[in-house]
Amino acid sequence: MKGLKFILTGILFGIVMSKSEAISWYRIQEMFRFQSFHMYGIIGTAVVLGVIAVYFIKKYKMRDYQGNLITFTPKEKSVPRYLFGGIIFGLGWALVGACPGPLFVNLGYAYWPILIAIFGGLVGTYLYGVLRDRLPH
Amino acid sequence: MLETLSQPWPWYVSGAVIALIMVIMLFFGKSFGFSANLRIICSACGAGKHVPFFDFNWKNQLWNILFLVGAVLGGWISSTFLSTGEAVQISQATIQDLQQLGFSAPQGMQPEELFGMESLLSFKTIALLLGGGLLIGFGSRYAGGCTSGHAISGLSDLQWPSLVAVIGFFIGGLIMTFLLYPLIF
Repeated sequence: MKGLKFILTGILFGIVMSKSEAISWYRIQEMFRFQSFHMYGIIGTAVVLGVIAVYFIKKYKMRDYQGNLITFTPKEKSVPRYLFGGIIFGLGWALVGACPGPLFVNLGYAYWPILIAIFGGLVGTYLYGVLRDRLPH
Repeated sequence: MLETLSQPWPWYVSGAVIALIMVIMLFFGKSFGFSANLRIICSACGAGKHVPFFDFNWKNQLWNILFLVGAVLGGWISSTFLSTGEAVQISQATIQDLQQLGFSAPQGMQPEELFGMESLLSFKTIALLLGGGLLIGFGSRYAGGCTSGHAISGLSDLQWPSLVAVIGFFIGGLIMTFLLYPLIF
């Protein structure tokens, strides 16, 4: 089962996101109202440790489990797509109180109405695909 | 042990595990980015026949769908085996702000007003969840990533476009919270 490792990593993700309450609409509201350090602590710790990890991975030219050099694809350099796309995403994030990962973790938590938001996410993704060439990037 | 794990986990544990997950995915030769799954699902449903954006070999990306399946299972494991059913411990200030908008103090992980089964009877709630999801899906693909792809993977690699995206996330989130919430709720 080559795929099992991805399922297990996903399980770890689902558990940590729910046990630290990062899948909660309340926590996202608290974050956008700047009324607690909790979510900033989570994202901040992940980014600081992530920066250190990526630095060493590059410095020592580390390889993945199959022996291939770990590489990072640079994001294309522009502003509009990240700014406009980011703002649209942020509107939805604050409304539903979940970003794409937590949408699905909440499903496992048996908050069934989240399926409507997941369906909306698929429709939104499809609409982007349709309108892509007409949008500034 | 199980009792300790059932308590809410502190932010530094959560942040460290999320960084670990990103590193694990790199060692698997993949990258940590969740919203790509929405595109993969569209493609798997046949959207590639009509829209070129979805015309790619989604079967090569099945590993990400497996991660998604794991995330759902992880949520189920948490709620079934690792939960005390306690209310989310948000700050008093937030509870008061939300009460003014008509939300009762937390009883569990999510507000019943939005995620309880009764919300399925409200046209307004359905429209909000659908519209919110739509913004999430459209925005994350337009921006080329969501919180995992930009805020975690992108910032860890010191990519400035990811910083622009994260600033965008917050502009949108603040507009929704402070300007639109009072109109919606």
